[in-house]
Amino acid sequence: MSGRRGAAARGAHPGVPGGAGNRGVGEPEGVAARATDVPLGATPVLELRDVVTEIRGVRGLVRPVDGVSLTVRAGQVVGLVGESGSGKSMTAFSVMRLFPTKAARVTGGEILLRGGDGRVRDLRTLGPDALRAVRGREIGMIFQDPASYLNPVLTVGRQLEQQLQAHGLGQGADARIAELLTDVGLSPEVARRYAHELSGGQCQRVGIASALACRPALVVADEPTTALDVTIQAQVLRLLARLQRDQGVALLLITHDLGVVAEVCDHVYVMYAGRIVEEGPVEDLFARPRHPYTQGLLAGVLDLLEPKPIRVSIEGSVPDLVRPPSGCRFHPRCPHAMPICEREAPPLLPRDEGAALGHSACWLHDPGVVGAGVTVEPGREDGP
Amino acid sequence: MSGARGSKALGAYALERLLNAVPLVLGVIVVNFLLVSLAPGDPVTALIGEYPAPPDYVERVRAQYGLDAALPERLLRYLGSVVRGDLGFSFANRQPVATLVIERLGRTLLLMLTTVVFATAVGIVLGVWAARRPHSAVDRGATGFALAGYSIPEFWLGQILILVFAVGLGWLPAGGFRSIRADYAGWAAVVDQVRHMVLPMLALSFRYMAITTRLTRASLLEVMNADYILASRARGLSERRVLWEHGLRAAALPIITVIGYNFGFIVAGSALVETVFGWPGVGRLMYDSIFTRDYPVLLGILLLVSVSVILVNLLTDVAYALFDPRVRY
Ligand SMILES: Nc1ncnc2c1ncn2[C@@H]1O[C@H](COP(=O)(O)OP(=O)(O)OP(=O)(O)O)[C@@H](O)[C@H]1O
Ligand code: SF4
Ligand SMILES: [Mg+2]
Repeated sequence: MSGRRGAAARGAHPGVPGGAGNRGVGEPEGVAARATDVPLGATPVLELRDVVTEIRGVRGLVRPVDGVSLTVRAGQVVGLVGESGSGKSMTAFSVMRLFPTKAARVTGGEILLRGGDGRVRDLRTLGPDALRAVRGREIGMIFQDPASYLNPVLTVGRQLEQQLQAHGLGQGADARIAELLTDVGLSPEVARRYAHELSGGQCQRVGIASALACRPALVVADEPTTALDVTIQAQVLRLLARLQRDQGVALLLITHDLGVVAEVCDHVYVMYAGRIVEEGPVEDLFARPRHPYTQGLLAGVLDLLEPKPIRVSIEGSVPDLVRPPSGCRFHPRCPHAMPICEREAPPLLPRDEGAALGHSACWLHDPGVVGAGVTVEPGREDGP
Repeated sequence: MSGARGSKALGAYALERLLNAVPLVLGVIVVNFLLVSLAPGDPVTALIGEYPAPPDYVERVRAQYGLDAALPERLLRYLGSVVRGDLGFSFANRQPVATLVIERLGRTLLLMLTTVVFATAVGIVLGVWAARRPHSAVDRGATGFALAGYSIPEFWLGQILILVFAVGLGWLPAGGFRSIRADYAGWAAVVDQVRHMVLPMLALSFRYMAITTRLTRASLLEVMNADYILASRARGLSERRVLWEHGLRAAALPIITVIGYNFGFIVAGSALVETVFGWPGVGRLMYDSIFTRDYPVLLGILLLVSVSVILVNLLTDVAYALFDPRVRY
């Protein structure tokens, strides 16, 4: 199924100029440049192509990431949203091929990373030592629960020092650590502290400092503010956004908060049950969601911000990934489900004529399935 | 926030713990004294021998050793002399208890300390080895070994070791502290000493090693699943540094605790092992003093053992506090 979708995304579908991940990180700039991404023409730093990650569990084989393609360009903030269990964290872990469980493994696709030296490598084929050299240096990772990601019996400074040393940056580490801590709004004195002596917000600032310690090209942040006090979530998020802008680092931001996406992201990918169902520039995607799932999500959010009658609601719960629904995985919950939806997975199709505004995986957009001119807007097609 | 975690604070903490231990030690002395006094058998009989003696002679001996007074009076007198540093006089050896014990203490400490160091080192290595590949052949081997070590009594193991390595293969001496007849000097003396130590140390190590192996494996397996281990990998640390600097560092806390709290087993085990191997240490002295009803010696050793177990537990807590910044003191 992912093969079919993948083929479509690679432009095998007639008339589709390019799908997500058509122009690779490794390909020269300017050839087939898509207008999709903001900023225009920026070099991709990370490109996932049809990445498949499998977890061997007691209940059988689970594919939390099932053919995911996504691109993060230099200096961009890319959001990855989806409900709980949709595979966002597993996608984040797949980037560095580092998982919280030994049972998980990347089994397919390419993970193309442009390093600081401009060289592009496929992390999927990298050996353990080369991969270790990438972790924490080329890619920084920020986790959800900041306190538990710091070793309770080592000082904050020691843990940052270990990281610098691991990448041959041990010389002058003390000064660098002081600088890093200052950058994230902490006193350099925090280096001598242990995690239990810091607040959640302070721990997450340390997490941000660690992610940026070796001046990486990319930072992957998995729900960096979810575990924090509501009162400081905005503070930490703003800090992250400011550092991202100042240092020009690309950021893949995982969240289930659409407000956060609207505030800081340039581009957004919507994930459902292990697959990308829609992607595009944030402004356009939020203004005109094309996929029924995105429409449902946004309808819910709009309801939170300004009371408005909800027409599309997402019912039911996340599908069981051991036995995912056939065809379009959203079909059991989709208000527009058609017979074909149950049989075949929809390819990612351009959201507009020139594919400038991203892609959406829904049969409703296939002129061969539904007559041309069908537009799906929330609250309209569902009317009485 | 506890910014001032200096050695001064730790010293004060240790001193406080030490002072708290004083009533405990006094309590231990009283309980030991009562237990020993209530035990069947009369030390005077042991002193004089089993053959009949004139009653007035028996009474004189009894008075000479202060055994004619009432129990509370004897207890008070004993406490008084212990506080003054006098552990009494051995009936059987006709020597001050302190002299007797100190003469043997060095040998016992030699045996116990080498055991603790050896068993802890081997246990940690085996545990790490097992934890790195759970459910592998290595792991199953180590776990099986740990289970065996747990259930084999020291004295039995000691006898088996003697049968195999001393009697059967003739590689090592069957017992004793050093060769009495040969007059070794310098390096040869050290080798001779080590050869005598190997078997008793192995016998005494086994259980301790098993405990350390099992514990290291279990706590390392748990620790290596922690979020901060994942984070240290994400920072690019090598597996070796992740294991030793993060994993074992965190797993060290339960290991330290167990080493400390199981010290009592080593003390008890050493009495058996010293007896089996004829190792002239405190354990052997205790064994003998029980059979000769040499109560002052027995009481002195029990006191020494209690104090050392309390001290080791205290050291354990101090080490724990040093290792774990979360401990408040
Ligand atoms: N440790 C694990 N062991 C086995 N399966 C797992 C594990 N972690 C995740 N999964 C599987 O992977 C799927 C995706 O999980 P993931 O953590 O990526 O979701 P998520 O989108 O990050 O959700 P959340 O918003 O709750 O963080 C889960 O539905 C589950 O089936
Ligand atoms: S493909 Fe069908 S089921 Fe899936 S979102 Fe589109 S209409 Fe709904
Ligand atoms: Mg998650």
